[in-house]
Amino acid sequence: MKFQSQAVAKPYFIFALALFAGQVLFGLVMGLQYIVGDFLFPAIPFNVARMVHTNLLIVWLLFGFMGAAYYLIPEESETELHSPKLAILLFWVFAVAGTLTILGYLMVPYASLAKMTGNDLLPTMGREFLEQPTITKIGIVIVALGFLFNIGMTVLKGRKTVINIVLMTGLLGLAVFFLFSFYNPENLALDKYFWWWVVHLWVEGVWELIMGSILAYVLIKVTGVDREVIEKWLYVIIAMALITGILGTGHHFYWIGPPEYWKVIGSVFSALEPIPFFMMTLFAFNMVNRRRREHPNRAATLWALGCGVMAFLGAGVWGFLHTLAPVNYYTHGTQVTAAHGHMAFYGAYVMIVITMISYAMPIMRGRMEGNSNKAQVVEMWGFWLMTIAMVFITLFLTAAGILQVWIQRIPESGAALGFMETQDKVMLFYWLREIAGVIFLAGLVAYLASFFIKGDDRAAA
Amino acid sequence: MAERFTKSMARNIYIGGSVFFFLLFLGLTLDTMSELPKRDNRQNLTESVARGKMLWEVNNCIGCHSLQGEGAYFAPELGNVFQRRGAGDQTAFRAFFKAWMQAMPTKAPGRRQMPQFNLNDQQLDDLASFLEYASQINNNNWPPNIEG
Ligand code: HEC
Ligand code: HEM
Ligand code: HEM
Ligand SMILES: [Fe+2]
Repeated sequence: MKFQSQAVAKPYFIFALALFAGQVLFGLVMGLQYIVGDFLFPAIPFNVARMVHTNLLIVWLLFGFMGAAYYLIPEESETELHSPKLAILLFWVFAVAGTLTILGYLMVPYASLAKMTGNDLLPTMGREFLEQPTITKIGIVIVALGFLFNIGMTVLKGRKTVINIVLMTGLLGLAVFFLFSFYNPENLALDKYFWWWVVHLWVEGVWELIMGSILAYVLIKVTGVDREVIEKWLYVIIAMALITGILGTGHHFYWIGPPEYWKVIGSVFSALEPIPFFMMTLFAFNMVNRRRREHPNRAATLWALGCGVMAFLGAGVWGFLHTLAPVNYYTHGTQVTAAHGHMAFYGAYVMIVITMISYAMPIMRGRMEGNSNKAQVVEMWGFWLMTIAMVFITLFLTAAGILQVWIQRIPESGAALGFMETQDKVMLFYWLREIAGVIFLAGLVAYLASFFIKGDDRAAA
Repeated sequence: MAERFTKSMARNIYIGGSVFFFLLFLGLTLDTMSELPKRDNRQNLTESVARGKMLWEVNNCIGCHSLQGEGAYFAPELGNVFQRRGAGDQTAFRAFFKAWMQAMPTKAPGRRQMPQFNLNDQQLDDLASFLEYASQINNNNWPPNIEG
């Protein structure tokens, strides 16, 4: 660790991983509720488990991004963090607010939570992924402002590199587009239109800047390739991300009210969206092939390569699969969407955060050369189990989705089977998905266990 | 990447490209806003619909159901439930809807369950008007058939 203050990243990473574990447990609860419909009902209805699952995901990724920024920015800027105290204070604010929100979902009916938190005054709740009480949303904005101030001052004081400027831009964009979550008009078509300004312009816009810059940083560190080369790649990747991704938002405007021309614009531009993800894969493999040194942290390199591949598969390939309007007409809102959502989130954002953790955590724990061989082997078991399990989760959900389209969507009214009957027909795949989910959990346990394996045998190697 | 293609060229493509496409996106958004009044059924957006949307949100119906294909995939699509369960007739739909909401949960063993929300008659009317209004937004004929 070059700068003392980089260590504030540590609690962020640890808390992120704890929430990740919670997220996966609730995923498994829902997976079982898909099969045994009344499992845990009425204690934890499906919608509650879903809110917990998806909000934990978003919140732990935010913790991961913040931790990554606190680690990366001082080193890139070659100066101590502006205020480590503020970073720790914001950690506690966010951790407490996040925990209370999740407890709120679990302990009181959602309508009571809305009432208790004054949703009437500024109604923002009850929309997918944006279920947080309005006061939690305000809290998130405050934490984001303090965070951006802190890292912004650090960059201003210090060296400006392409990596820290792109990361700053991505994080600023994240905060700016989140503000659309406060816009909740009575008009459903308007509500939905701007809801996507949060969700799509995050994952297929500004978050790609965050992903690209973290990937670039870790690749510089583990490969020793010249910064000039890496920065050029980064610019081209994010250029393609925004050129395709902004108008690509149109792939969500086909069936929610906006004019017909979005079918053309959305299809054309979103069909190009796999390009930046493909380039991330090429980027990672190219840099590793041109490496100037053998970094002893092989696990971090594996995560970086895996992230490139899985992001391309999940976002690029599985996104393309259903993005053209004539296809999306049938697949919209089926298990195909769920399949894509899982692999894309895992491949791009879960894996980039873990890449950073895998690189930075050993250094913060004083293991400058990475973890011991034994710890790395266990970590790599975690990598393979989680990644392969996610591939199977995606394949099973895709199979369920295609069948669902076949029997519920394609036949004429009258001949088509109803939603609930169709769910019964594809039950086999929900069983298989749940089994794959248990393997995912096993991988997560292996990954977490790797943190507890001693790091001393490295010196001998 | 080739030597002739420099970092500053890459940066210019990034900045120029993203600014250009963002402005284009804003322009298209402006056009969409001017087209929406013809498509989004706002003439039927009554007080009751607005209250219904609020009830839809604070009871988190979207956590199990999809609405116009967006939301969760655990329970039936409700963007066209007005047509599916009421054949587009208000009286028929409301009779179905109220009976349905009051009968929940079914407690059928092993079957997916929907909670009892304890809503009064007025609230059920509001929710029903929201679903009726939503079903009449022009959304390019989605879903493909009545099953949603
Ligand atoms: C915990 C999950 C859950 C929540 C939350 C939920 N529902 Fe449901 N809903 C279901 C399930 C499951 C079914 C199908 C039940 C069956 O067929 O036995 C259903 C069916 C329906 C149906 C009948 C659809 C049809 O075509 O047959 C309507 C109408 C409905 N729900 C309205 C609502 C409304 C309005 C809300 C919010 C106030 C809501 N639901 C919240 C799970 C849920
Ligand atoms: C890492 C990047 C991405 C992530 C994390 C991601 C995630 C998601 C998620 C979670 C949804 C479901 C949203 C909802 O609940 O309504 C979704 C929908 C969708 N995504 Fe992506 N996505 C990514 C990239 C892409 C790309 C590159 C494409 C196109 C090539 C794409 C195409 C789509 C389409 C068409 C839908 C709508 C599905 C439907 O109609 O139901 N996505 N995405
Ligand atoms: C490991 C076991 C897991 C299981 C069994 C599981 C199960 C589920 C289920 C049942 C849903 C709700 C689908 C619906 O709306 O009907 C869901 C949603 C979601 N899960 Fe998971 N999940 C798991 C892991 C994960 C992981 C690791 C991630 C992150 C990468 C993730 C990200 C998501 C997202 C983004 C959604 C929303 C999808 C959408 O709206 O299309 N899940 N999950
Ligand atoms: Fe999208």
